[in-house]
Parts: sequence; C-alpha cells; structure tokens
Amino acid sequence: MLAIARQRILGQSFQKIRPAVSVLRSYSSAAKKITVREALNSALDEEMSADPKVFLMGEEVGEYQGAYKITKGLLEKYGPERVLDTPITEAGFTGIGVGAAYYGLKPVVEFMTFNFSMQAIDHIINSAAKSNYMSAGQISVPIVFRGPNGAAAGVGAQHSQCYASWYASCPGLKVLSPYNSEDARGLLKAAIRDPDPVVFLENELLYGESFPVSDEVLDSSFCIPIGKAKIEREGKDVTITAFSKMVGYALKAAEILEKDGIHAEVINLRSIRPLDRTTINASVRKTNRLVTVEEGFPQHGVGAEICASVVEESFAYLDAPVERIAGADVPMPYAANLERMAVPQIEDIIQIQESEGYNSFAFVDTVVCAGNASVNN
Amino acid sequence: MALSYLRSSSSRSANLLRPLSSAASLRRPISTDTTPITIETSVPFTSHQCEAPSRSVETNPSELLTFFRDMALMRRMEIAADSLYKAKLIRGFCHLYDGQEAVAVGMEAAITKKDCIITAYRDHCTFVGRGGTLLEVFAELMGRQAGCSKGKGGSMHFYKKDSNFYGGHGIVGAQVPLGCGLAFAQKYSKDESVTFALYGDGAANQGQLFEALNISALWDLPAILVCENNHYGMGTAEWRAAKSPAYYKRGDYVPGLKVDGMDALAVKQACKFAKEHALKNGPIILEMDTYRYHGHSMSDPGSTYRTRDEISGVRQERDPIERVRKLILSHDLATEKELKDIEKEVRKEVDDAIAQAKESPMPEPSELFSNVYAKGLGAESFGADRKELRATLA
Repeated sequence: MLAIARQRILGQSFQKIRPAVSVLRSYSSAAKKITVREALNSALDEEMSADPKVFLMGEEVGEYQGAYKITKGLLEKYGPERVLDTPITEAGFTGIGVGAAYYGLKPVVEFMTFNFSMQAIDHIINSAAKSNYMSAGQISVPIVFRGPNGAAAGVGAQHSQCYASWYASCPGLKVLSPYNSEDARGLLKAAIRDPDPVVFLENELLYGESFPVSDEVLDSSFCIPIGKAKIEREGKDVTITAFSKMVGYALKAAEILEKDGIHAEVINLRSIRPLDRTTINASVRKTNRLVTVEEGFPQHGVGAEICASVVEESFAYLDAPVERIAGADVPMPYAANLERMAVPQIEDIIQIQESEGYNSFAFVDTVVCAGNASVNN
Repeated sequence: MALSYLRSSSSRSANLLRPLSSAASLRRPISTDTTPITIETSVPFTSHQCEAPSRSVETNPSELLTFFRDMALMRRMEIAADSLYKAKLIRGFCHLYDGQEAVAVGMEAAITKKDCIITAYRDHCTFVGRGGTLLEVFAELMGRQAGCSKGKGGSMHFYKKDSNFYGGHGIVGAQVPLGCGLAFAQKYSKDESVTFALYGDGAANQGQLFEALNISALWDLPAILVCENNHYGMGTAEWRAAKSPAYYKRGDYVPGLKVDGMDALAVKQACKFAKEHALKNGPIILEMDTYRYHGHSMSDPGSTYRTRDEISGVRQERDPIERVRKLILSHDLATEKELKDIEKEVRKEVDDAIAQAKESPMPEPSELFSNVYAKGLGAESFGADRKELRATLA
C-alpha cells in the first residue's frame, strides 16, 4: 500500500489495570551485550572445542575469516583440517558435507547466502533430509546448513530471497531462525548437537546488532530447545508471530500499538520446523486475533501455514480473520524506495489495527468462549 | 560338503585362460584351497596419468569358486526379481544388474568392510556383495518388514551401514559427491580406508561429479570413482551423450584406469591398485567396461536402442560367470557337474528367500511416521486428513 501517512485511529480508550512491566524482566541482572556475530562465533567455537567431529566448510570461512566474519579466528584455533575453504561449487561441497555426515562426522556447511543453497538443494532435500526415513533409521545425517537468509540492503533480486518456507515444508529437516544473540547462541549450539539435518537461517542485517545476554546464555552448555517458540512480549489483544529480523519490527510495532491501548503479544518463532503450534494456538486462544509477519514471498509462506494451523485448531476463538504480512509478491527491486516497499515495515504491522477491527476496540465480545480472558467493558 | 574332483580332460578353453603356474592339488576340497594361482586378465589395463598394474592376477581355487557362486547367486536373484516384477509383487522402479556382477564381486575381493561403497539405484547386487541377505533384498523389493529398509526404501534405497554400504541413491550423480564426503570422513578419522563411489556412463557427465573430483584432488581424499560403463545411459548410447566417452580420462589431472568389467579378476586387480593409490595419492578413476543384459529398468525392454545380436553377442563372448566357469574347468578345480550343482543350490536359496519374503508382513501403519527424524522432539506429524491420521514424533 502506498499510503505515506498512516492514520492512527485512537481506539476508545478505557482504563485498565495493568501490572507494571519491567522491560528488563526477561533478563537476569547481568547486562553484558554481545552482537549476533559474536554469539554465532562463540557458539561455533565452543561446539568445535567440545566435539572433535564438528568441522566447518564453506566459501571464505577460513583464511578470509568468513565472508561476514562469523567464523573469524576459527582457522587459527582449529587448523585447516577442521576449517575448510571450499571452491565456489555448492553442489559438490554440500554433497561432500552430507557424505561426511553419513559416516558420522558433524559438518557445519556455510552458504554465503541461502540464495546459493539452491545450487545444492538436491543434497539438502534428497541426500540429507530423506535419508533417515528411506533407510529406516540406519543413516542419520547430523549436519547443519547455515548462512544469511532473506533480504539484505540493495543486493537485488537474486540475492534477497527468503527460503524459510521452502525448507520448512520438507519432512526430515529442522529449520531454525534466530532473532537476537541469545537465540543465535542457543539455537546454533542445539543445531550442531542435533542428530538430524538442520537448516539455520541467519540474517545479515542482524549480525552487527547487540543484545543483552545473561550469564546463563554465555555458559558453554547453554542450549535452546528446538521446536519451542518464545513469547518476547506478553499481551492480550492480538498475537503477532514473527521470526528473525521481523521480530524486532514486531516488537517496535507493539510498543507503538501500546500507546493506542492495543496490547500485542509478540511470538518469536525461533523454530520454523517443527513449528510450535501449541504456543501459537494458546496465544491466539487468549488474544482472539492473529497476525503473522515474515519477510519472504507471501504465497505458500510461513504465515500461510500458521494461519491455516490456527484456523484448524482455534477457529472458535477467533474474533477476526487471520492476517498475514509478508514481502511483496515481486522479485526484489534494487531502487531504494521500491526495495522499501517490497519488504514489511513497522507501519505495515501497525496498520493491522484498521483491519482487525480495533476501531471499535470496545471489546464487546460477540463470541463467548469458556475461559476467554478478554476484558469486557 | 567336500568337493572332491576327478582329474579329467575337461574342456580347456584356448587362448584367454592360459595358466601361468599350475595348481596341481589333488583331492583337496577347493572351497578352502588357497594355493596361489596366477591368471592373466583378458586384456591389459589402459591407464591415464599413471602406470597400469600388471595383468597377472594372483588368485586361488577358493576365491574362484567364491566368485562363481556369488555371481551365480546375484544372477539368479536378478532374474527372479524380473519375474516378481512381472507378477506385480515389485512396484515402481526396478533396475537390474545382471551382466555386471563381476564388478561387485571383483571389488569385494580387493577390499574390506572398512572400506565404503556407495552407488546409484542399480544396487541389489552391490548390497549382497557387502553382506546383505537375499531375504532382505526380496522383502525390501516387495515392501515388507523384513526388508533392509523395513519396506520404506524400495529397490533404489538399500543400505547396510554396518558394512559401510551407503546406498542406494535415486538422483543420478548425487552419490559421487556423497562418496567423496565419505572419503573425507575416512581421512578425517584417520581410518586408513577408502571409498568406492560407483556411477554409470550416464552420470559421468554430471557437473557435481567434477566439482567433487576437484575438491577430492585438492584435499587428497581417498576417493575412488568407479564408472560402471555399460555403454547406455537409459536409452542413450554413450557416443550420443558424451563428447569424450573415454571416462577414465575425464578426470584430467586425476589418474584413471580402464578395466574389463566382465573379468572379475581384472576388477579385483584394478580395485587393489586403486586402493593403494588412493591411500597415498588421492583420487583415481576406474572405468569398468561392462554390460547390462536387461534394459535400464523393468519399464525398458532394452531392445529399442540396441540390437538383440549385440546383447546375445556379449552373452556369448564376455559373460562374467561363463568366464570364471571356464577358468575353473580349465584348471581342473571342479567338474562341470559340481558347478551345475552350485547353480542348483543357489537357485534353491533364491526360491527359499522369496518364499520367506512373501511371508513377511507389510509395515505397520504407525511406520508411516517413524524415522522422519533421528530425534523427533515431540513434533507433530500429520497424515492426509490431519485429524485421524497424525502422530507425535519421538
């Protein structure tokens, strides 16, 4: 939509008693901040140190210190037998990585961006994802495919695609996407330890962002369970699901919506496959409204799956149609103004209040459900 | 069963089978006789970027008998699979290996179960060579629980990890980078073993093969790429698919050897040579000049793109089992009757295995959802209707 100025429609406000919420509640008293890059680097370092079967492979991961410096210092520390610079031949080196995993090693294969993973997608799907099933459990594939995913800045159509929904549709794969440094550390460590093939979708624009982390997160045994989403911000009026960079946008949008009296619950998916349907549905049953946010193409996207899942399992709890916000249905343009329009912005998320019926946010519940915690006034 | 033999003037084939040293053991059961015999391969090896091994191969009566028995078993198994497919007990794709048995058998004679083998979809005999049983083969082909992949893989997806057999792959050419990955892991683990990655003349043109070969040569991986050149990639003859069908030379900077793939002893010699080479010097290519009697698969009659004369000509002149039979007879290692008895035994083994496989039940419905992951983490998996048919993955 081309609307430049977004009308903020102030809902009819009413007094609610809300407990005072400290923004820092979810973190312990330690206020150390690390970048996502540092988080990923430390996770790789610790897992390589703990398990000699873990090794890294990819373009420029060694002597160049990593195209995005994620693998900085690891060649010096672990040597060229465990940090391998590959030629620019994704199909070949991905196949080699999967073969090494068949034998029992634990490769971490880097794609400089996931756009290049398409050259190797046969090995990810047919050689890795399906092997445990086809062999009835004989051949498990403990491999991690990682790298930046989705849009960057001004890199054009061939370097900007989001592959979350492609990989997440495939049984046999696990697909993870971290948002902050805690996610990056915990999920990457979990991915490397996992015996199944994991697609680990990072975001280039998040690498340099810092987030506070607790001592627990910095501990070398820290791990985040795969398949569990995180409620980043609690709310009761609408559920917003997001992953990766869009979590940040959703949180900012939630702050803005708060001022209009709309309390959004923001769910950081963390795991695209398996999808944490339990958490999502429990949240929608509480808030009665769903908005999904993603950067990728809208058709057959992650949001489409979440919407369908919620309609299947929590239809009676919905007060408004489910809504998805996604990238534009076009290849990514280069011009800055067009690029901005092709990817969701915070304004797009705030705009939901128009469609979700927040104008008359007087909370007259037309659907009476047992246990529905909406506030009536 | 002791096999005593009579010294008779049995048929002595002429040129090809001249023994260089005679094995003059009397009345010793040949199944355990390891007296060395040296036999020349049918043709010398042709080499690229390396010195070819000698065409004099060391063997012994026991080994030759094993070759005969194993190849006869594989031949019988594939022919039986043909019948089962026509009877609709085997579904989908079925790619038969009869004619190519010498490659599987000769290779096993040169290596151990610590070495890895990976191949494409024409994998039944390779699986048996690695120690797979007939029951596992037939049950898997018929989609039963006793199958090597519990009925969930099918003809193209046989595996035997405890013997380092890694399948069984349906995507043409994919198995070659995977095989180079196995070799990488062997080197990483300092296992002093090698990987044989088998592919056909059709797959030889795949780009990923050259990508993997480049990396293998750069990193000195103990990878042996074995082109089973049966001269037809499905229905396309090699000269129509490859500008250069000299597959053993296609590695350019990687040495190669061209081998008579219908001569089990030549295959053994070449694989022994390749293993020694790969452990010291990195990758090498072996081109096995072989032939398949069946079409590409059971859906292909195999006679629209080649003449029946060609097929019967190869059967007459180059059949791998007949070659070994003639060797055994000309060296007086067994009588014709003894060899025929072996063939009868093998036929019975195959029939018994089929009967047993037919008894094996189809997989339980719950198996639909098993092994999706090694660690399911309690994720939910849905069947078609999403309500009745669903499971929590362990």
